[in-house]
Amino acid sequence: MSDHYDIAVVGAGPAGGTAAVTAAKAGLRVVVLDEQPKAGGQVWRAKSASIRSAPKTPETTAGDGLRRTLANSDATLLSDTRVWDIRRTGDTWQLQILRGGQSEQINARALILATGAREYVQPVPGWTTPGVIGLAGATALFKQSLTLPGKRTVISGTGPLVFYVASEIRRLGGTVTAVVTPNTRTDWARALPSMVSQPRLLARGGLWMADLMLARVPILWGHGVSAVEGTDHVTAIHTRNLKTTGTGPTFDADSLCLGHGLIPNIEAAQMLGVAIHHDPALGGWVPDADPDGATQVAGLYLCGDGCGIRGVTAAGLQGTLTGARAARDLGKAAPAPALQSWHRAARFGQAMTRLSIPTPQLAALSTDDTILCRCESLTRADISAEIDTGAASTNAVKSGRRAGMGPCGGKYCQTAIAALIAAQTGKTAADIPPSTPRPPLRPVPLGQAVGDFDYDDLPIPKPAPL
Amino acid sequence: MTQKTTYDIAIIGGGIMGCATALQVTQGGMSAIVLDQGDLGQGASGVNAGTLSLQIKRVKLMPYALKGHYLWEQMGDAVGFAKTGGYTLAFNGREADMLQERQTLKAQAGAPIEFVSNNRLRAAEPNLTQKVEAASFCAEDGYANSSLTGQYYRGRLRDAGIPYREGCKVTAIDRDAGFALHTNSEPIYATRILLAAGAWLKPLAALLGVDLPVNARVNTVSVTERMPHLMGSVIGHATGLLTMKQKANGTVLIGGGWQGLGTPQDRRGTVNADTVKPNLALAQYAVPALATARVTRSWTGFEANVPDFYPLAGALPGVPDAYVLGCVRGGYTIGPYIGQLMGDSILGKEPEMPLFDPGRDFEKDTI
Repeated sequence: MSDHYDIAVVGAGPAGGTAAVTAAKAGLRVVVLDEQPKAGGQVWRAKSASIRSAPKTPETTAGDGLRRTLANSDATLLSDTRVWDIRRTGDTWQLQILRGGQSEQINARALILATGAREYVQPVPGWTTPGVIGLAGATALFKQSLTLPGKRTVISGTGPLVFYVASEIRRLGGTVTAVVTPNTRTDWARALPSMVSQPRLLARGGLWMADLMLARVPILWGHGVSAVEGTDHVTAIHTRNLKTTGTGPTFDADSLCLGHGLIPNIEAAQMLGVAIHHDPALGGWVPDADPDGATQVAGLYLCGDGCGIRGVTAAGLQGTLTGARAARDLGKAAPAPALQSWHRAARFGQAMTRLSIPTPQLAALSTDDTILCRCESLTRADISAEIDTGAASTNAVKSGRRAGMGPCGGKYCQTAIAALIAAQTGKTAADIPPSTPRPPLRPVPLGQAVGDFDYDDLPIPKPAPL
Repeated sequence: MTQKTTYDIAIIGGGIMGCATALQVTQGGMSAIVLDQGDLGQGASGVNAGTLSLQIKRVKLMPYALKGHYLWEQMGDAVGFAKTGGYTLAFNGREADMLQERQTLKAQAGAPIEFVSNNRLRAAEPNLTQKVEAASFCAEDGYANSSLTGQYYRGRLRDAGIPYREGCKVTAIDRDAGFALHTNSEPIYATRILLAAGAWLKPLAALLGVDLPVNARVNTVSVTERMPHLMGSVIGHATGLLTMKQKANGTVLIGGGWQGLGTPQDRRGTVNADTVKPNLALAQYAVPALATARVTRSWTGFEANVPDFYPLAGALPGVPDAYVLGCVRGGYTIGPYIGQLMGDSILGKEPEMPLFDPGRDFEKDTI
């Protein structure tokens, strides 16, 4: 099967969904491809059918709004669809997709990548113990199935997400043993001016805090989790004061939500030739893109957290800007929305992202025995030894030790490894780019990539000279 | 300020051949420095499929390949060497004829290749398809882990006290008394130079006003996630368009020279789904159980060649004290050995086997 569209949008979160609706409204044939069963992305993840009667939250309401708008638009949504390869031939983008166990090709004249973000977890001793899950990962559990990570949970991490997760766990009947955040009250005071422009979000944050204070949940500011105790499950969480490096309290708990901000998913853009630069306030390495999504690659547009962590409001607004820009480039009349509200939302989002900029104090929570690369079970000492013998880039560490060659393709270890290389070689994070991304964009079963074939039809080229 | 260092030789290109030559000339008493625009061993030397198979070597290069196999075996665990033996398969009559013709010539050239019965093949590799028409076997065949090339040679250069610069791109070369190499960092001075920059030889030689007819193939390799045991030997195809082996960690590496896109000039090759698919199809045809294996990565590497597909190894035409080494078909296998020969030649010794004159007429059969 091969289908032709004007625009293919990868990702149906706030950015991609909005971009698709905007472009479809301009009269273009638009297809949106998304891995999840329903549109909404990670932030507006839809409830599964079994919990449909659960009370609404601001996320489900916003997500339902996007899903309704998409359904009412002329854009075609292909959910449960995995894009595994993208390539440009002439003026056409060719996307290899997996749907229902079959590989298909989608063709489009323009491509909008709205690939979102993934979570960064600073490795600490014991972080691979069952019962430890990502902070953002925990939100996926509540949103989709109202599942809690455990009975007594410590919530630890940076930015506003710790307070959201703590408050949601309490709302759903779980016990929050403690909130442990590397951020200090001073960090938050610095972020305040940018937050004033988003009074509704500020008010929501206030409610989370009030709830935790009323429930007398201990909040440890300027602290990190220094170790997770337990062999086959979490039994206790140890903490450390990051400034004094003094030992903090220990909490009995059966689970830990741990996360240190978001990292843009830039691999698809990189593979298609978009240059990247380092901007800590946008989540690290980000592709070069204009506010309206245009890139130096003709016909390729980027929007949302995938080109810098600016948060959900900015993502939606940038989706509109990008959908309109792509439509205009394809010759349709699509008014350019004002940039002002995007800038305002982006300022707020970046202030939140700044709270998660990795610090040496946070990196110091990893010890020599701490696993940095989960796929290949490599400890910090393993990686460190490789750097000591002259591996001065993420690619060199990957080649020498396989860090980044496992199923995750380096998505979960590269930030910590790059930070270690920088620290050991006296460089900065901006000097150590991530390792070269390789297709497929997602692991793809070989038989499904190949599809049915007749041996005699294989296009076997002339053999090499004898 | 320290005095300006003039090396006996500057080697441009830190792949297998550049590093092997550096080690050889240093052993002979010369001072050498190795420069690479990227990291050591991250070009073709570090991204090829690592196949060490005499069954896919050119007939006239067989003596070099046999020497190469010996050297890889010496390097052993440090490069992930494994001598597993290898089967080459034909799936129809036409391929069986090709197999017969080609492997007979290679056996005559010194490779211990034999033709094997279906029974023997199935006993050795029970997961292979039942559709094999003919097969050959070479007990010398195996593989090494090309990802370890950079790590290995970085260690060897360090142990030998040979300086190297990574991320160092040569932008201009001045000929005065010796050579002045202008780079993106400090300039480098040397009495001699060796161009060993693989697919980037053409633009490099152009800095000296020499036009080398170097082209680049864009070979693709793919790897699966870890799988239960599927094969114990290197599996190839009569046409050479499949090489496959399962590593000790369970991952299956699939190559065969299917062509990706891009040129060395734009620094990156890209995988072409249209050629990866038949490459994977061939692998699945040979070992049907691969259908459920998830492919985790595909990548490309630039393999340099000249029109006659024989090496460039010798003096650079028209530029005294400049040498060139590259374009070796089967360069991963032969690289460590031909680097030694090149080193001996630069030291003024007679190499153990003849080199390949870079000034030859590439359109004629001169080898």
